[in-house]
Amino acid sequence: MDNNKNAMNDNPIKSVDHTANAGNEHISTSTSLDDEQRIKVLSPGMLVFKRFIRNRLAIVGFFIILFMFLFSFVGGLISPYGETQVFTYVGTMAKEYASVTHNNQFRYTVVEGKEYGDAAHAKFILAKNQGASVFNHNDTDYGIVQEAEDFYRITQITPIANITYFRGIFAVNPIEGNEISGTLEEAVKAAIDSGAEQFELEGDIYTIKRQNRDYVLGKSETIALESMYIIDPADKDLKIDFDFKYAAEKAIRTTDSGSFSVHGDNFAIDEYNEISVIYKVNSGERIPYAIVSEFAIQPSSPEIFLSLDFKATIQRAITNNQASFVFEDEKGSTEYTITKLNNVYTIKTETPTHLINMYESPSKRHWLGTDAHGMDVLTRLMYGGRVSLLIGFIVVFLETLIGVILGGIAGYFGKWVDMLIMRIVDVFNCIPFLPLVMIVGSVMDSMDIEPQMRIYYLMLVLGVMSWTGIARMVRGQILSLREQEFMIAAEATGLRTSKRIFKHLVPNVVPQLIVLATLGLGNIILYESTLSYFGLGVKFPLASWGNIISDVSTAYEMTNYWFLWIPAGLLILLTVLGFNFVGDGLRDAFDPKMKR
Amino acid sequence: MGKYIVKRLLLCLLLLFFTSMIIYAIMRCLPSSYVENMARELSTRPGSKSYSEWLAQLNAMYGLDVGIIKGYFQWFGNAVKGDFGDSWQFSVPVTEKFSEVIWDSFALGAISFVLQILIAIPLGILAARKQYSRVDYAVTVFALLGISLPTFFFATILKLIFSVWLGWFELYGKVGRFHEQLDAMGKFLDIASHYVLPVMTLTIVSVGSLMRYTRTNMLEVLNSDYIRTARAKGLPEKRVINYHAFRNTLIPVVTILGGSLPGLFAGAMVTETLFQIPGIGYTSFLAIRSGDIPFTMFYMTFLALLTLLGTLIADILYAVVDPRVRIS
Repeated sequence: MDNNKNAMNDNPIKSVDHTANAGNEHISTSTSLDDEQRIKVLSPGMLVFKRFIRNRLAIVGFFIILFMFLFSFVGGLISPYGETQVFTYVGTMAKEYASVTHNNQFRYTVVEGKEYGDAAHAKFILAKNQGASVFNHNDTDYGIVQEAEDFYRITQITPIANITYFRGIFAVNPIEGNEISGTLEEAVKAAIDSGAEQFELEGDIYTIKRQNRDYVLGKSETIALESMYIIDPADKDLKIDFDFKYAAEKAIRTTDSGSFSVHGDNFAIDEYNEISVIYKVNSGERIPYAIVSEFAIQPSSPEIFLSLDFKATIQRAITNNQASFVFEDEKGSTEYTITKLNNVYTIKTETPTHLINMYESPSKRHWLGTDAHGMDVLTRLMYGGRVSLLIGFIVVFLETLIGVILGGIAGYFGKWVDMLIMRIVDVFNCIPFLPLVMIVGSVMDSMDIEPQMRIYYLMLVLGVMSWTGIARMVRGQILSLREQEFMIAAEATGLRTSKRIFKHLVPNVVPQLIVLATLGLGNIILYESTLSYFGLGVKFPLASWGNIISDVSTAYEMTNYWFLWIPAGLLILLTVLGFNFVGDGLRDAFDPKMKR
Repeated sequence: MGKYIVKRLLLCLLLLFFTSMIIYAIMRCLPSSYVENMARELSTRPGSKSYSEWLAQLNAMYGLDVGIIKGYFQWFGNAVKGDFGDSWQFSVPVTEKFSEVIWDSFALGAISFVLQILIAIPLGILAARKQYSRVDYAVTVFALLGISLPTFFFATILKLIFSVWLGWFELYGKVGRFHEQLDAMGKFLDIASHYVLPVMTLTIVSVGSLMRYTRTNMLEVLNSDYIRTARAKGLPEKRVINYHAFRNTLIPVVTILGGSLPGLFAGAMVTETLFQIPGIGYTSFLAIRSGDIPFTMFYMTFLALLTLLGTLIADILYAVVDPRVRIS
């Protein structure tokens, strides 16, 4: 004892052994030496445990499973991110800012209260191309007055009188509702004499149209403008009416005066490269009022306000064939790029935007990077592990329950009950497992079952399809167990049948059940991941190890983003391997025939 | 023996009847099936009938307007006569499509089967001979790794290594782009090179169980009395293993192998789909996804038949290989 104590001080590890020995010695002195003292007896459970511990693979498997549980169930709690949390960052992206259309078609502006539509506009184009000065639409005559190049005024001609002027006889028959004054008559006569078709009198324009030998006097009235120019006001509230438009265009096109006035307001024109900025002149002050050009500018979103200066800059840049330009405003100078497609110019600028953090490489923030949806891969793996493990456990529980009940009943009662249940087992065994589960997956697809419910149905189907192995094993064991003496004793004590089966027979099958269940867990996880891989199992946004891998569909993703799929695959492999190791170790530990 | 086989065959027929009935019921539960999609498509054509009219017509055309039970008996009646109907997805008779694709599956299965035997049996015996040695652990871990590997993950890794990085094989398909321009030998080599990765996947994934089965049985044999006797006689260890032990190990192994022979025709659904090999597995995958009832019914019933045949063959072989077993 003294020696032991010395050793105890030297080596704490040894001391455990020695104190144990000391305890044994103490007992042995107090009682007589019998079998119990000589042979160290271990309980059956302890024996199994010892045998299990000695199996290195089983221990490895046990730690793998332990890790997986911690990873999935605790990891999900520790992880600062959510399962479906999408990560974004603020980055600059060349975003469309405005688009500019180069207008090379005539557009019309109608005098307020007059009618001039698209159909008439089309007739105008035809007439203009044929060089005619008059065209007819809906029994109404229209006159074309060219004010400048590509700038026409459209007049509507209303017949006011029929004129007979034959061999010196001149007669005017006013069409009802009109009165023809003497001066007008004179003017008409003069015009016909000179062969003119139009003449002007007191500010009104009259036309003379020959009809056989007679003439029709028409009074013209301006109703519309045809032009390629677009007037873009500086402010939406500014009124751009017909008069303004007419005056502005006329001033721009025909005169070089650089100013005009409408409705008592004075305007100045600043012309550059066919782009004119109109300023309202108010006691010497020049306020930007509108821009007149062949370009139509649209901001890409309603929030963007484009100032007149900016528009003018864009248009000048376009007419100068610049690929980019710089515009300075109170926020500083920004560079804009111009790309052209047919008649449309797109103005782009680097705009700060919220971008989804796709395929970010592993970093301190995201240990395994982010996936195609901008979600943290590691966190999704944790939640995926939960789903996979939970499905595994519940399915195995379900199949064990069904298997034990049916197998127990079949084994205990034998005869026709056994016959019937075993034939059911045979039928279920015949149904091909994977195709059937795939069919069920397709059914769920077409029924649009929500992802959460899908998991429950999946568990049910997997459980119902895989109980046959357990039922067979239980039945086989019980067939031999029920002939043993303890069952006769149980029967003699008058126990209920259900109690005899589930209290006395089934517990004897538990070791094999545990082994089968452990191995089954691995299998179920494999099936679930395969199904999810084919998009028939657990669905996005819920994560599962299988569907994390199936997100990687292209060879490009496969080769460039290993962190998206390799970890998920390894997790499946390790988990299944862990369950197989443990199951194997348990089988060896439970089976006394195996010499380990 | 003959009486036993006849009895078993009759039982098989009965089981097949019930199995196909269950499968048929599940298939008919597919709500938005092929027919509905087709009706939807047809009804959007200009000047076409309405969706419900098309649906009714198509249902009548495909024999879906009757109840499940009546429909099943119709199907079963035709199936007994060998008429499995026309596949909806491939628009040819089911049996024609089947005979067109089955040989690819068989080739894949057979090659991988032979490879499995060549790898599993020697390694299994080696592991058993040196139980608890490093070799044993290595073989056990290898076998369990194979069993635990998700097929789709392993196939993807193989593709990454051999197709993307090394560029030796193509990612998908059974034939290359220039298959038609090759001569007979070239065609054969082309198909062979496309088979390499699928065969590799199939072999590695399924070699584990046979290996472990061999090991377990060899261990049992090595622990038996007659081996001890043989050793006691002073026979060289080589002869004990190769002559006495190996032959006895073969009994359960051959039984299992015989039982898995029908499975060679079953096709490997996952592997074929991943590599898009047009075998029965991939074809059925497509049929299942599109709700093609005749083809899926045929495939499932075919698989059920193969399973039954497998057990029957295994049971018979058991008696044939081992003279100690008598079937009554």
